[in-house]
Amino acid sequence: MWIDLVRTPLFGVGLTLLVFFLAQRLYQKTGSILFNPVAVAIAAIIALLQLCGISYQDYSRGGDLLLFLLGPSVVALGLPLYQRRREILARKLPILAGVAAGALTSIVTASGLAWLLGGSREVIWSFAPKSVTTPIAIGIAEKVGGLPPLTAAIVVITGCLGAICGPEFCRLIGLRQQAAIGLAVGTSAHGIGTARMLEVDRLGGAVAGLAIGLNGLITAFLVPLVYLLFR
Amino acid sequence: MVRGFALLLGLQFLGEVLARGLGLPIPGNVLGMGLLLIALLLGWIKEGWIRDASELLLSHMALLFVPAGVGVMVYFDLLRREWLAIIVALVVSTFVVMAVTGWTEAWLEKRGGAHVD
Repeated sequence: MWIDLVRTPLFGVGLTLLVFFLAQRLYQKTGSILFNPVAVAIAAIIALLQLCGISYQDYSRGGDLLLFLLGPSVVALGLPLYQRRREILARKLPILAGVAAGALTSIVTASGLAWLLGGSREVIWSFAPKSVTTPIAIGIAEKVGGLPPLTAAIVVITGCLGAICGPEFCRLIGLRQQAAIGLAVGTSAHGIGTARMLEVDRLGGAVAGLAIGLNGLITAFLVPLVYLLFR
Repeated sequence: MVRGFALLLGLQFLGEVLARGLGLPIPGNVLGMGLLLIALLLGWIKEGWIRDASELLLSHMALLFVPAGVGVMVYFDLLRREWLAIIVALVVSTFVVMAVTGWTEAWLEKRGGAHVD
């Protein structure tokens, strides 16, 4: 009787909202980027599920409902792009060049480091699309013989890392313009980074959203080329 | 609000149709973002029609990524197998990509001079 309750969407949705709310409060109280609400909520929910012996499948009945809303949210990123079109158009070349440089850097450094550190073939290729949004990354990983589930995990962790300290890291290395910061965070940490940028700055969020699409396109084109060279 | 959600979902659906029909490697929602931008630019969709729904979703986007992150727990064994290579490659590459992207954009913007700001 009780186990059935865990298997209703009510459990996954309710748990996620409650834990995220508490994580947000913790973040507001401490003001420390180490307590990024997304990362804290993910870690807390995983710990809770494992402690209580509840499977991801049971959680995902509710989790998938929230995940579904991510689709129209990505579509909605077209709105800040439209509102900030003049600032973006004025920087079209720097933006395109920045994403292209970032896309190439991501493939080379991620796969290259995995190779240097003795990663297996599947792990090396799973890393190639690490900075693009999950559905594109999985498609690319499948094409070049990576492990799609590993790619999905790498992509999500990358996104969390970029969301936790991306904007702070960008200021640390001397970036001042929100367009440059948004582009850096969006290119490296895709959607999760973009969600954080939207909270930091509107133009930065718009550029980060644009970077998701551009980086996805460029990486989807580049990885198969790199694969032909190195396979 | 209802009109806004209907339009956003409609555009996502259109994006899926395009992605599948043309065999593109880009997911439908990312194509939908481009379609929304085009429709707004051409005036086919008025900003006011989608503003409330879009703002509601955008301001809660971080929450929506939580279930995706929890999904990582399924792959713990996979991650554990080659954890050192995975952690180092992941962390280093994430920061290097941010630096290269940001510096490239900032450098070209300074050199070319953006027209608006």
